Amino acid sequence: MTRHAELLWALVAKEFKVRYKNTALGFLWSVANPVAFALVFYFVFVHVLRNPTPNYLVFLLAGLFPWHCTASALSGAPTVYLGNAGLVKKVYFPRILLPMAALGNNVVHFLLVIVVAVPVLLVAGQPPSLAWLWAVPALLVVQCAVTLGLALILSSLNVYFRDLAELTAIFVQLLFFMTPVLYSETALPEKVRAILQFNPMYWIIPPWRELVLSGRMSGAGLGVGAAVGAAVLLLGYGVHRRMEGGLAEQL
Amino acid sequence: MPSSSDGCAVAFRDVVKAYRRLSTTGLKHALLHLPSFVREWRAPTIRALDGVSFEVRRGEAFGIVGRNGSGKSTALALMAGVLGPSSGEVRVSGRLAPLLELGAGFHPELSGRENVGLNAAILGLRRREIRARFDAIVDFAGVRDFIDEPLRTYSSGMQMRLGFAVAVHTDPEVLLIDEVLAVGDVEFQRKCLDKMAEFRKAGVTIVLVTHDFSTVLSMCDRAILLERGRVAAAGAPAEVAPEYQRAMA
Repeated sequence: MTRHAELLWALVAKEFKVRYKNTALGFLWSVANPVAFALVFYFVFVHVLRNPTPNYLVFLLAGLFPWHCTASALSGAPTVYLGNAGLVKKVYFPRILLPMAALGNNVVHFLLVIVVAVPVLLVAGQPPSLAWLWAVPALLVVQCAVTLGLALILSSLNVYFRDLAELTAIFVQLLFFMTPVLYSETALPEKVRAILQFNPMYWIIPPWRELVLSGRMSGAGLGVGAAVGAAVLLLGYGVHRRMEGGLAEQL
Repeated sequence: MPSSSDGCAVAFRDVVKAYRRLSTTGLKHALLHLPSFVREWRAPTIRALDGVSFEVRRGEAFGIVGRNGSGKSTALALMAGVLGPSSGEVRVSGRLAPLLELGAGFHPELSGRENVGLNAAILGLRRREIRARFDAIVDFAGVRDFIDEPLRTYSSGMQMRLGFAVAVHTDPEVLLIDEVLAVGDVEFQRKCLDKMAEFRKAGVTIVLVTHDFSTVLSMCDRAILLERGRVAAAGAPAEVAPEYQRAMA
């Protein structure tokens, strides 16, 4: 078990080192992407559409950074096994370590973003509350469960049905607009809201935003999120388990 | 892996490995040809191995020969645990070093040092084991001066030596070799052969897959000849040789 933990760590470290190798700005690109989107949306919604939400830029960033972590993991998931075909076909090790390492890489980047965000929030007069100490790890675990569950399905099924890679791109786009990132879930009509609650990310992004904006996190919301996360992870694990035996011969 | 007491390092019992004819499937194909797709999915029809049985005794050097497509590489992949058998039983006991590919997981942008760590972890070494053997690996590969340079600056020969060096420093009990000796310059090949001889003396089980019969004659205690997924001949290399000549003719 510890041997596999060490291998997982080695794989995450590799992904991390390779990701921005030979780029001048390196890790800053992980920050640049959500910031660029935030600025575009800020311009459109505040200056064009006259959205009156107070503090809208912080509102956007608080949702876009965690969203970027999950979206980037999901977008990369279909190619996890295809990109490591040589490894999967030639050496045996628990296959699940590859999608886990890909997620781990995104989570490490997200953690670095949080480290960068704290001083920015202090300067912006929106200092992190004490609740962050328990809420950030707890919410991160729930987010990892949801993301890993979905990534396991995408990575293993795509080996059999390569169309999934194309579908994933569309799926992530749709999921973005079905998740309260640009808007607050409280602004939704009751019926729409009831439907969107089936989106696992509904239980991830609003709590992040609430934590940043008000310094609080509702235990009940987190509880639902944890249950949803466990369900998605279990489903993903089940699909992956059925598929992993044939990976080497399908690649 | 549990070590068995019956003196067998590798045992195949009536092993069948069937592949699906629909190798890389698209959704469109699956939906348009649903009945045949389901049939093929449930009962794959290409048999790479068709009822193969053999045993490799502990400490033995064992050769597997045959034409391209006779099932050699499939047998090796089953031993490595990369594939699972469709039916029958594959048993391997002892720490495995699969030399199916040298430098598994090597990344061109990472340094030689980083790649050694990664490759060794993939082959199952613990971090402290890697630390303890690092110098021996680098010296064996002869790349000490370049160890902190990115791997893409290495010649292909240097990359191979580094991959081989890591693989042979994993304390293998069972070594699986898939014609990797066929590549590299003369000096490297000699180094490989020397290392093999050293392993044999140390009692390491060696399974060698090749279509170069002279290697089998010089290195192996026993061999089998595979033909269309079946064992066509088995025994001492000298006994298998005539069958091999016939099969290749």
